[in-house]
Amino acid sequence: MNGKAATALLPLAVILIFAVAFSATLGFLSVSIPDVFRILFAKLLGQSQPATIDPVAATVVADVRMPRILASVLVGGLLGVSGAVFQAILLNPLADSYTLGISTGAAFGASLVIVLQIFGLALPPGVTIPIFAFGGGIGTLAAVLFLASGDQRLSSTSLILAGVIVAAILSAAIGFLKFLADEQVGLIIFWLMGSLAGASWPNIALLAPAALLGTLIAVFYSRDLNIMATGDRAATSLGINTVRLRTILLTVATLMTALAVSVSGIIGFVGLIVPHMLRHLVGPDNRLLVPLSFFTGGLLLLVADTLTRAVLPVEVPIGVLTALLGGPFFCLLFKKRQKDGRSAF
Amino acid sequence: MVEARSEHTSEHLWSLAKVNFGYNGTPVLRDVDLELRRGFCYGILGPNGSGKTTLLDLMGGLQTPHSGAIEFMGRPVQSWPKKHLARLLALVPQDFMVRFGFSVREVVEMGLHPHLHRFATPSPEDLDLIDEVLEITGIADLAERPVTRLSGGEKQRVAVARALAQRPAVLLLDEATSNLDIHHSLEILHLIRDRFERHGMQVVAVMHDLNLAAFFCDRLIFLKRGQVACQGRTEEVLTPENIEAVYGVEAQVTPNPFTNSRQVSFRLPVHP
Repeated sequence: MNGKAATALLPLAVILIFAVAFSATLGFLSVSIPDVFRILFAKLLGQSQPATIDPVAATVVADVRMPRILASVLVGGLLGVSGAVFQAILLNPLADSYTLGISTGAAFGASLVIVLQIFGLALPPGVTIPIFAFGGGIGTLAAVLFLASGDQRLSSTSLILAGVIVAAILSAAIGFLKFLADEQVGLIIFWLMGSLAGASWPNIALLAPAALLGTLIAVFYSRDLNIMATGDRAATSLGINTVRLRTILLTVATLMTALAVSVSGIIGFVGLIVPHMLRHLVGPDNRLLVPLSFFTGGLLLLVADTLTRAVLPVEVPIGVLTALLGGPFFCLLFKKRQKDGRSAF
Repeated sequence: MVEARSEHTSEHLWSLAKVNFGYNGTPVLRDVDLELRRGFCYGILGPNGSGKTTLLDLMGGLQTPHSGAIEFMGRPVQSWPKKHLARLLALVPQDFMVRFGFSVREVVEMGLHPHLHRFATPSPEDLDLIDEVLEITGIADLAERPVTRLSGGEKQRVAVARALAQRPAVLLLDEATSNLDIHHSLEILHLIRDRFERHGMQVVAVMHDLNLAAFFCDRLIFLKRGQVACQGRTEEVLTPENIEAVYGVEAQVTPNPFTNSRQVSFRLPVHP
């Protein structure tokens, strides 16, 4: 298992590093890959940039492109891992933070900050948006768990149903916020559609530890997650405290989703498709699936964001792009499953 | 495992005193008193809704009684650390279902979970054990197949293999063979009976089929509406009177030299 994980993860990590470097060369100003590495090393070591490099290019790469690129990797990774966790916990390969209403909750929290600002409450958005998003996400999770708690074992059907109900209410609430925002509504809408354009280094300082810690916790519990696939009763008889496991992992995955949403807005389909696709390729073992979901989610969102940033003639909001690309792909997958006659896994 | 077993060689496996349990206010078990001892295959029988599965869940610590006491190996079931309990007790549920296409081997290896540290990989002995249980349950050639693609009978054998990989002191069967054809049922029951006789693995089985129970169990416990209707040695309690009292059917019980166990035939009571 460990050998298998290493052989799959190592090449992916290397590909990701090169994708990051390559993406940094793309854009209005083109910079060569060796120069990208030189600029970044100089920045990392706190040295002044080498004289051979255009100082404008150095600033663009180090302070504009890099934070955005890293944010796309981290947001993609966070969404991928949280999707893998939600799917494994809810025993539903089509689940992710949407099914539980958590993205919507986080988006509601963050929109609230934007509206409060319009009404003159000057809150520092760098701090308040993540906190409000997390508050919204956790509040949604709490509401969903409370609604589903009539069913002692927190079965996945009641959880998802509760998620749909809460998300419907929150969508209406977001609609109301948009109405309140009046002519500033564009700000909320653009952000709700998902965008990494505003990513900065402080965002990275927030996302990187969250991604690392969240992924490690999910990996820590990955064997228990595997056993959850055999049902609550069987898992309990193997010594797993299923209620506690659910609570811990749902909280961690919610945090991961909320932080991703607080930086990028709602970016759909990554959390759904990445673990789903990987399961087809490497099997359902979460010990492998969870770390792979991080790297693949990161890579996928990096490619998508580079497309919209540097390749497409007009910058399309990243959330719209992932939905436009991911949606049809997902439909194909869904149709193929039905044709194979493989019922729900 | 060896030391765990010698640690608890008490004659008493379970003692239940005045156990009550219900779901949402509807009582399921009422004032159940039971003693289960080492050395017998126990069968729990009774009509649908009589509380058989609930009783098994309570004994296995999967549910907590509302009142009363349940001791397992001399200690309250709920006070056992869950993982420790899982080294002593394994459960084969009725409809073993696995979401996601884990391979048969992966699912059987899950049985090692209570014995392994979190990041430990299975030892060579553990892997030998997996091979052995795959072999004796007759699923060795399915080992790499996704468990989602197996037939019901094959899935149940995976469930049994996983429970055996858990190296339990006691195996709990919850209608483990109810949905299988007679050939697969007999195969699984023979296999488990063999583990009982030759390896001393204790067995408590919730069963539906009286004839299979007659052949498989040494002791029977009949439940009716959440209470113990009667219990004792199979030959003594498997009588037409008890069957009529518990199930409301007329029955004939005859020794059968062909199966070397009791044979039950039934009909609905004829009201003149």
